[in-house]
Amino acid sequence: MTLKIDNVTKKFGNFTAVKDLSMTVKQGSMFGFLGANGAGKTTTFRMILGLLDATEGSITWNGKPITYANSTHIGYLPEERGLYPKMKVEDQLIYLGQLRGMKKNDAKKASNEWLERFEVPHYSSKKVEELSKGNQQKIQVIASLLHKPSLIILDEPFSGLDPVNVEILKKAILDVQKEGATIVFSSHRMDHVEELCEQLIILDHGQSLLTGSLRDIKRSFGLQNVRMKADFDLSYLQEISGVTSFKQTIEGGVFQIGEEKIAHEILRSALKQGDIRYFAIEEPSLQDIFIEKVGKEHA
Amino acid sequence: MRDFWTIFNQSFWTKAKTKSFVITTLIVVAGIFLMSNLSSIISKVQEIGVFDGGADSSTIYVVDHSGSLLEPLQQQLDASESDLTLKSSTKSIDELKAQISEEEIKSFLELSVNEAQTIQATYTSENASEFENPGAIRDALQNLQTNLKATSMDLSNEEVVQLFTTIEFDQKAVSDSSKSEEELSEARGLVYVLIFVIYFAVFYYSNMIAMEVATEKSSRVMEIIISSVSPVKHMFAKIAGVGTLGLLQIALFGVVGFVALKTSSSDLTSGVFSFFGFSNVSISTMMFAVIFFLLGYFLYATLAALLGSLVSRTEDVQQLLMPMTLIIVIASFIAFSGIGNPEAGYVQIASYIPFFTPLVMFLRVGMLDLPLWEPVLGVAILLVTIFILGWFGSRVYRGGVLMYGASQSLKDIKKAIQLGKK
Repeated sequence: MTLKIDNVTKKFGNFTAVKDLSMTVKQGSMFGFLGANGAGKTTTFRMILGLLDATEGSITWNGKPITYANSTHIGYLPEERGLYPKMKVEDQLIYLGQLRGMKKNDAKKASNEWLERFEVPHYSSKKVEELSKGNQQKIQVIASLLHKPSLIILDEPFSGLDPVNVEILKKAILDVQKEGATIVFSSHRMDHVEELCEQLIILDHGQSLLTGSLRDIKRSFGLQNVRMKADFDLSYLQEISGVTSFKQTIEGGVFQIGEEKIAHEILRSALKQGDIRYFAIEEPSLQDIFIEKVGKEHA
Repeated sequence: MRDFWTIFNQSFWTKAKTKSFVITTLIVVAGIFLMSNLSSIISKVQEIGVFDGGADSSTIYVVDHSGSLLEPLQQQLDASESDLTLKSSTKSIDELKAQISEEEIKSFLELSVNEAQTIQATYTSENASEFENPGAIRDALQNLQTNLKATSMDLSNEEVVQLFTTIEFDQKAVSDSSKSEEELSEARGLVYVLIFVIYFAVFYYSNMIAMEVATEKSSRVMEIIISSVSPVKHMFAKIAGVGTLGLLQIALFGVVGFVALKTSSSDLTSGVFSFFGFSNVSISTMMFAVIFFLLGYFLYATLAALLGSLVSRTEDVQQLLMPMTLIIVIASFIAFSGIGNPEAGYVQIASYIPFFTPLVMFLRVGMLDLPLWEPVLGVAILLVTIFILGWFGSRVYRGGVLMYGASQSLKDIKKAIQLGKK
C-alpha cells in the first residue's frame, strides 16, 4: 500500500502547475508537503484524489489509480474549509460518512466517538454555522477520519486552531497513523512538519526542490547553526570566514556555518572577549532550510 | 448506486424540512382552500352582516308613486328566488337619503309610471358600486314592464313567449385537429392552469437546483463531496431528489385542490368553473402535463446545475441564470398567447424547439386533437436534448465545481471544461 507519484506534470493551458513530480509515500508513514503559496500543493492533492487528471505521468495507490471505486479508503481535508452551514453536525457527519461507504448506524456511532474524542460531544445537534471557526474545523477533520481511511490527505490541518486543539489534533493524527493509515499533509508550520513527518517534500513553482527523510535533508543541507548567549555584542564574530550569516537575538546571536570546526573557532574568539553563558551547535531547522531553498528561488 | 440514493435522500429531505419550504407549501394549501370556498365565505360573511354596519341589505324601502307596482314587483322577485324584501315607506326622499347617510337603511327605490305606461325607477344607495341588488330589481321590473305592455297591447301569454324565443347559435370548425368550441372552452381553463403550473414549477425548481449547487460550492463542502462521489452522479442525484420533491409538492397541491373543490359548496359544473373546464378533466391532458413537467424540469435543471457550478458565490447565481430565465419566459409567452390560437404557425414551430416544447407542445396537445406522433416527436427531440445537455453539463460541472474565481460569465464554461478534462 504505497502512494506512488511518477513523473507527474499538470498543465492548465500554458501554465504548468506541477512539473515532473516524483515521490513515494510508504504505507503507515507520515509525509509532509511543504511549499509557498501557489507552489502546486493543492493541485497535487487533487490529482492524487482523482479530481484532476495529470497531463503526464501517473499516480497510483496500492498499484492502482485512485478512482471513485476505491474512494472509500481515502480521507480528505480540503484547504478551503466548508460544511453545510444549516445542517446539524451529526447529520452532516453521517451524510459524509455514508458517501464514503459507511452504513448509517456505523457512521452515527463513529461520529459520536470522534466528537467525544475531540471534546465537543455537545455540538452534535448544533448547526455548523453556530460553531466557531476552530470548532467547525474539528468537525471537518472528523469528517475526513470518520470512515477509517487508509490514505489520509490533509491540506493545512492545523491552520486556525489554538495550541490546545493543535495538540488534540496531533495526537489524533498520530493515533490513526499507529493504526496503519498513511498520511500526507501540507502545512506552513515547519515545526509541525518537523515534529510529525519522517518524510517530506518541498515544492516550489510546481517543482520538487528537496525530497527525502527529514534526517537526510538536514544532513545534506550542509549548514549548521551556532547559538550563543553572552553579555556583550557578538556581531563582530560574523567576520570569521566560514560564517554564512548572523542573526542577532535578545540574549546573543545565531551564526550559520558550513563546517563544525568554524563553531569552535567562533567560541575561541568569543571567549577572548568575555564569558559565554550558552553555546550550542544545532541542526538547521526546517524553517531555515525552507527559507534558504525557497527564498533563494524567489530572490 | 448507494451514493446516488444517499445524495438523493439528502437533497430531498434537507429541502423538504426547511422552514421556508414547509411554510410556502402550507400557504399555498391554505390559499387553494380559500379560493375554492371564496363565494361561500363571502356569502357567509354577508349573512353575518359584518360589513353592513347594522343595516339590513336585503330590505329595500320603496316609495311607490304609482301605488300599484310594489306588490307585483315583490311577486316577481320571489319568483326569481331573490331574498330581497320590499317595504313600503311613507317618508320623503330627503328623509330616506338622510337615513342612508346615517347607515340606518341600506337603500331605497322610487317607482312611478309615466303616460306611456313605462316604468321609471330610481335606486338610491350609499354608493353606486353596488350591482347585485339593483340588477335583480332591474330584471324584475323589466319583466313587470313586459307584462304591463303586453296587457296594454292585448297580447296572450303564448304570444309574449314567442316574442322572446332565444335563437340557437352553434360554432363549427373545418380543421381535423381542432376541437369543437364546446370542447375548447372545456380544455382552455385546464390547459391554462396546467401551463402556468408547469411554467412555475420548472422555473422554481430549476432555480432551487442552481442555488443548491452554488451553496455547496460557496460553502466549500463541494470539494469533500466530489472527492467521495463523482460530480456527475452528484449532479443527477441532486436533480432527481429535488425533482421528486417538486412532483410530490405539485401532486399535493393537485389533491388539495381537488378535495377543496369537491367539498366546497360551489357547484363545479356551473359558473366560473365550467368555463375553466374542470367539469370534465381529461386524463390524457393530465398525463401529458406530468410528462412535460418532468422533461421540462430535467432540461432546465440540468442547465441550472451547469450554470450553478460556475459561480463561487450564491449572490452571483441569478445573474448567470438570466439567459435561462429569459428562455423560460419566452416559452411561456408563446404558450399563453397560443391559447387563443393554438394552430398558429409560430406555435407549431415553437413546439418542436426543445426549450419551448414542455410548454408549447403541451398547449397544443391540450387544445387540439393532435395525431399522437406530434407530441411523441416533440418528446423525442426533448429527450435527445436532455441527453446531450446532461453529457455536456456533467463535463462543465466536473471542472466548474473546482473553479473559484471572481469573474462569473458564460465564458467560464470553456475554462470549466478544460479543468474537468479527463
